[in-house]
Amino acid sequence: MKYDVILAGVGGQGVLSVAAVIALGAKNSGLQVRQSEVHGMAQRGGAVQAHLRLSDRRIVSDLIGKASADMILSMEPIECLRYLEYLQPDGVLITSCDPVKNIPNYPDPEGIYERIRSLPASRLIQAADLAQGAGSARSTNMVMVGAASAYLPVEEKHLLAAMEELFSGKGGKVVQVNRKAFQAGKDTAVSVL
Amino acid sequence: MPEMVLLGDEALAMGAIDAGISAAYAYPGTPSSEIMEYLQACAPRYGDFVAEWCSNEKTAYEAAVGVSLVGRRVLVSMKHVGLNVAADPFINSALLAIHGGLVLAVADDPGMHSSQNEQDSRFYADFARIICLEPRTQEEVYTMTREAFDLSETYHIPVMVRLTTRIAHSRAVVQTGQRRAQNPVNKSTEKAGWMLLPATARKLWAELLSAQGRFLEYAESSPHNNLELNEEFTDFGVITAGLGWNYYMENRDELPVKPSHLHISAYPMPVNKIRQLAEHVERIVVIEEGFSFVERALLGVLPPSVKISGKEDGSLPRTGELTPDNVRGILGLEPKKGIDGSGAEIPVRPPQLCAGCPHRDSYDALNQALAAFEPKLVTSDIGCYTLGYLPPYQAIETCLCMGASVGMARGAAQAGFHPAVAVIGDSTFLHSGITPLVDAVASGANMTLLILDNSTTAMTGGQRTILTSSRLEKLVHGLGVDPDHVKLIVPLKKHTEENARIIRGEIEHQGVSVIIALRDCIQTLKQRKKKEAVQ
Repeated sequence: MKYDVILAGVGGQGVLSVAAVIALGAKNSGLQVRQSEVHGMAQRGGAVQAHLRLSDRRIVSDLIGKASADMILSMEPIECLRYLEYLQPDGVLITSCDPVKNIPNYPDPEGIYERIRSLPASRLIQAADLAQGAGSARSTNMVMVGAASAYLPVEEKHLLAAMEELFSGKGGKVVQVNRKAFQAGKDTAVSVL
Repeated sequence: MPEMVLLGDEALAMGAIDAGISAAYAYPGTPSSEIMEYLQACAPRYGDFVAEWCSNEKTAYEAAVGVSLVGRRVLVSMKHVGLNVAADPFINSALLAIHGGLVLAVADDPGMHSSQNEQDSRFYADFARIICLEPRTQEEVYTMTREAFDLSETYHIPVMVRLTTRIAHSRAVVQTGQRRAQNPVNKSTEKAGWMLLPATARKLWAELLSAQGRFLEYAESSPHNNLELNEEFTDFGVITAGLGWNYYMENRDELPVKPSHLHISAYPMPVNKIRQLAEHVERIVVIEEGFSFVERALLGVLPPSVKISGKEDGSLPRTGELTPDNVRGILGLEPKKGIDGSGAEIPVRPPQLCAGCPHRDSYDALNQALAAFEPKLVTSDIGCYTLGYLPPYQAIETCLCMGASVGMARGAAQAGFHPAVAVIGDSTFLHSGITPLVDAVASGANMTLLILDNSTTAMTGGQRTILTSSRLEKLVHGLGVDPDHVKLIVPLKKHTEENARIIRGEIEHQGVSVIIALRDCIQTLKQRKKKEAVQ
């Protein structure tokens, strides 16, 4: 078994936190993990991506090849479209529908949503609203981890434990909000399955 | 053995800790910064060692040599272009009687994710005639770093561990081992081994050259350079180096037969193993991350006995990183096609200055101040503020290397150009901007220096600068700049017009002026407040 995920978003959206939670959860469930990140200049409000590879066998490459990803998980709707050629024909694309309009030529979101819906398997998640409902806009990325959990080959308990481990330093309230955000994301993804 | 999930950079730091370092020095630079960050985060947990940022890579390297001289183990880490700055002590230290293990970790950035060029540090190791190890997995980063310290003490040379971006910034499980105790303080007794006077240096150089045979013996027998021959298949063989191995192995199962394969991760190059491979095949395919270091050596000048394919003949891209996809063609594999992404136009999203960044207000003021001048020259430097080249600011025109803005403005001014303005960040100024400012003062150059002081090394993640902001102004005074022409401004929107007036006044001043624009980086400020809240 192998499961490759391309994570996408805009610098500052918490893409690396998403990668860290899933990677730790997968590791604790006994899988091999490789996770490639982008640091440095690109993090300043630019397009960022991370490659996350899970497998029950040895993983040799940090990068995912084209037509190989089982999932694209994106914090931003146009960002997911940059990496379509990496998605397998039967791969799933999960994205937040909330645009980050920090560029002057941002396209009409309706056209983007249409393009996303036209894909064989895609899920648009109202991540910002769900995060607000959970108690903090800052938990948006954990909504997306929850949404992804409906597909990932990692048991929910491992993902939740990883989230707690990684956020425990930020206090009990943050952990609680993130748990709620996770659940909200998961419920939404499951309801549209 | 404990299992840890570590970035390549963190695995390197952990390897150094477990090898028993007493000290580590570095200057931040992507993709190497997380080595020192991890050492500093771990220091309280894993024992008593020094882990410090330095003014620049040269001062870091020199401190490391001092640690080695008194017999203790030391790590010095930097990015590839940082090694240009540290090249003087690095190359020369290969001649010294290295005593406590000295390991240089250098992280190259093929693809220039966050760099000015994609130079390959293996050339530096070769230039200095030392051993270089090049791990391909995080696990190897850990074990090779430990081994590098042993090699350094065995052969009395600095040993390089070369990383590239993808291994530095990729996380995997690492099995760590038993920690070795630190060396006691034990000063080297090699009296002439640390003295590069011509007479002693000649002797030390001859010794280094005569040691090359031993380094080669090590490389030939090292399991890191593994040759697997397939006697049945002679069409082609493969040499991989660095992450080339990873991308080759990702695709190898699709090949109809398994070709003969040599992986090189310990240098000097194992020439006998390469010759052995060449005897078995008609063509050698070279897949290496970085420049065509191995490939060019194989090509040489005279016609080679076997055909060599790689970057030089265009079978692999000559720029950027290798990927699982771009190595397929050279192996005779068809490209993989994913979902067609064309159709919808997706605009590029370049990195940009954060909302609320002080540089935004500094650039607004600078652009206003310079509006009346045409032509004008604004040289600049390396940091977040280099993004000021892009719209909407388009405020700066040059970026060469750390500190170059100051020297370039001085040169342009002395060539008769006015106005010549240099823009540099505080950390970059402390790294390499001080000496050219001394030059400018000495020559009375008619230039203006704008120091964007955000009290941090922002681009690489907000590391502390070596001098606090309160001392920066005193430093500039001390360099001999006329105190009447050292101005402090606060880059806030409400001050833009006033700031523009001050900058313009200093541009009009005949001679060296320095303006310090002082306001905290908002990211670093946020991090600091978060930390304080937790505490």
